Amino acid sequence: MKLEDILRLVDGKVKGGSIANEPEVDKVFASDLMSDVLTIKNAQKLMLITGLCNLQTIRTCEMAEIRAVLFVRGKKVTEDMVELAEENDMLLMETDYSLFRASGILYQAGLQPLY
Amino acid sequence: MNFEYKVEGGDFSNAGSTSSAVKRIMKQIGVDPSIVKRTVVALYEAEVNIVAHAYRGVISVDLDEDKIRIVLDDEGPGIPDIAQAMVKGYSTASPEVREMGFGAGMGLPNMQSNMDELKVDSVVGKGTRVEMVNYFSHPEQTQA
Repeated sequence: MKLEDILRLVDGKVKGGSIANEPEVDKVFASDLMSDVLTIKNAQKLMLITGLCNLQTIRTCEMAEIRAVLFVRGKKVTEDMVELAEENDMLLMETDYSLFRASGILYQAGLQPLY
Repeated sequence: MNFEYKVEGGDFSNAGSTSSAVKRIMKQIGVDPSIVKRTVVALYEAEVNIVAHAYRGVISVDLDEDKIRIVLDDEGPGIPDIAQAMVKGYSTASPEVREMGFGAGMGLPNMQSNMDELKVDSVVGKGTRVEMVNYFSHPEQTQA
């Protein structure tokens, strides 16, 4: 699914970072637990939906090869998060929707769960 | 190639910078991407452990043609019961660490599943030494 479609569906906004090629994702993982995110195998075109909004979220996504992050419940990304995301070719988005609501809408629209 | 990095306990803003540097180097020299990922995930878990639990630590990285060997030496409280620390779900992490999204008791088991070799030695009141090795010759194992 194209990122612009994701943004439209969850009334989201891009808050920094970038994806150089193919601005789309195929699979999604939703979690506030970074320990769980680090157990992901074989991530390709993967997006994380999370309410955990700090620098370690971005570091974790860097290690787990996650290309896009959707922060829910109106969490605001910070400048240092954007910087780190840009270094790692990762896109950061925000929505006011809850994790459950955003996940439900995107699942219904065809985005696949990772597991 | 040998590299050495210093890690400060409690410095969460820099937690992961060593893992990030190692990831860049491994990618540059053309290591299989799945092995790079396994290695840096394990290293990141170990690096966060130093920041979360120890006072300070040194990470030494030995990068050969056929393998990467990483040794993390920290000065800290040590681990009284390593077998218990290897059990999924067991954690002594502080509330601050849990707020960062860690401390679920999954770090050491995840390090083990991502490395070909993992050895943990610890002396209570002194510190912990984690030694881990990944070989570059069998990337098919990374899909397990």
